Amino acid sequence: MTHAVEIIDLHKSFGPLEVLRGIDAEVSTGEVVCVIGPSGSGKSTLLRCVNVLEQPTSGRVIVGGVELTDPDVNIDAARRRIGMVFQGFNLFANLTVLDNLTIAQRKVLRRSRGAAEKVARENLDKVGLGEKIHAHPSQLSGGQQQRVAIARALSMDPQLMLFDEPTSALDPELVGDVLGVMRQLADEGMTMLVVTHEMQFAREVADRVLFMDGGVVVEAGPPSEVIGRPTQERTRTFLARVLDPVHRDPTG
Amino acid sequence: MAETVQQSVQPSGGPPDRPKRRLSRRQRARVIRGVQYGVLVLVVVVIALNTNWPRIRAAFFDLDVARRMFPEVITIALKNTVVYTALGFAFGLGLALVLALMRLSSVGPYRWFARGYIEFFRGLPALLVFVAVGSGVPLAFPGTILNRYVALMLALGIVSAAYMAEVIRAGIQAVPRGQVEAARSLGMSPVKTMIWIVIPQAFRIVLPPLTNDLVLLTKDSSLALFLGSSINQQELTQFGRQALNQARSLTPVLVAGLCYLIITIPLSILSNRLERKYGRGVGAQG
Repeated sequence: MTHAVEIIDLHKSFGPLEVLRGIDAEVSTGEVVCVIGPSGSGKSTLLRCVNVLEQPTSGRVIVGGVELTDPDVNIDAARRRIGMVFQGFNLFANLTVLDNLTIAQRKVLRRSRGAAEKVARENLDKVGLGEKIHAHPSQLSGGQQQRVAIARALSMDPQLMLFDEPTSALDPELVGDVLGVMRQLADEGMTMLVVTHEMQFAREVADRVLFMDGGVVVEAGPPSEVIGRPTQERTRTFLARVLDPVHRDPTG
Repeated sequence: MAETVQQSVQPSGGPPDRPKRRLSRRQRARVIRGVQYGVLVLVVVVIALNTNWPRIRAAFFDLDVARRMFPEVITIALKNTVVYTALGFAFGLGLALVLALMRLSSVGPYRWFARGYIEFFRGLPALLVFVAVGSGVPLAFPGTILNRYVALMLALGIVSAAYMAEVIRAGIQAVPRGQVEAARSLGMSPVKTMIWIVIPQAFRIVLPPLTNDLVLLTKDSSLALFLGSSINQQELTQFGRQALNQARSLTPVLVAGLCYLIITIPLSILSNRLERKYGRGVGAQG
């Protein structure tokens, strides 16, 4: 297996605040890696460094053999192959669902309108929203918007999908639809890097889980180990809080 | 307040050491409203009695004078006002967009120039700019005779661009960051992101203030007066003034004024409608 993503000694600071303190990680082609950890641990920053929406302070990010941290790299060309799904959906508010899916295909990949619409329809059907093709983002529920956002990313035929807490902004009853689409993607062999709080999803879908805290990867491995039998105290504390939030913190 | 409520609950059983009767809240509201209406009626009556109505009518509402202004006030004056405004707005809007982008540029000199331009032309009376374009350009570039329409377009555009640039800049900055991130994550370059995602949304955001600028521009078009004109080139204000010289009545001023409203009120209605149509999509994500 080749590495789809390689992260080498990645550091990121916002002013005096050091958010990432030396991350080493890799994602193999076809692998689903979930990043879990308490808020403020740097999970989202790590993800945003992978497509360089956030410029790392130091360290290297290599995606599909291309070093994205090289200042001379064609970052737009590299991002075409990296789909990203945001916590806040970020659908283009001025465009219909169809145009949201076709605009980058047409303006970036230079596909014809017909070809772009064909791809868009296929991906909308895939996320179960074929009938919403002419709707406006504001007319959709959060779960529908997020599925459109996934379809938008897929329309660029990405080799890697990044998910930044894709269900955190959703009402609980809408989470399942989005996770269902993501599970389907994983089953189809998409390489995925997912920042999430959904432990059930991580446990069932992920090939590997990274537990982050304080800007470092504390523990990494298959979900059965990291979530099932964590070896680190910090991991245990976090999981106890997340999986059993009603109970008292055992350490406190 | 609480005291008043208490009083209104037991108005008759008030303590004897407070002889002054306090009004309940409702009573007081009624009295206040009554007084306000009373003042209004009084003022109207006084004005009505002290005004020489036939004289006012002759001064402002002389139908014969008004009738003589038609159809030229529409076919020439109103038309010219609309044409001048449209020319100035088109040029001004284009220039404003360029200035707004310069204002946001990462290149210092662009930012400084835009900043200077905006401060300069926002601070000058529009009249000065008209004079400068009308008289200064032929002086500075001998032999250049600006077409009247071009001169108008320049003068109106130069001034309005200074105002609109700031509005557009604010609109561009008001587009949520997530929209830009989404576009960039799809591989769109900064330029494509600006053209296809940011600017269209920015214009929806600034539609109401931009309409405001257009209304101001409509009125500023009256400064065309200072570029000189033949009869066929007169716009509303000039036309009204000329008619005023011929009639012994202010009616032409009133007619010209109403004609401005014919332009500006539909603009406001259109803007409200567009705002309602587009407004729901922008800025209200999630």
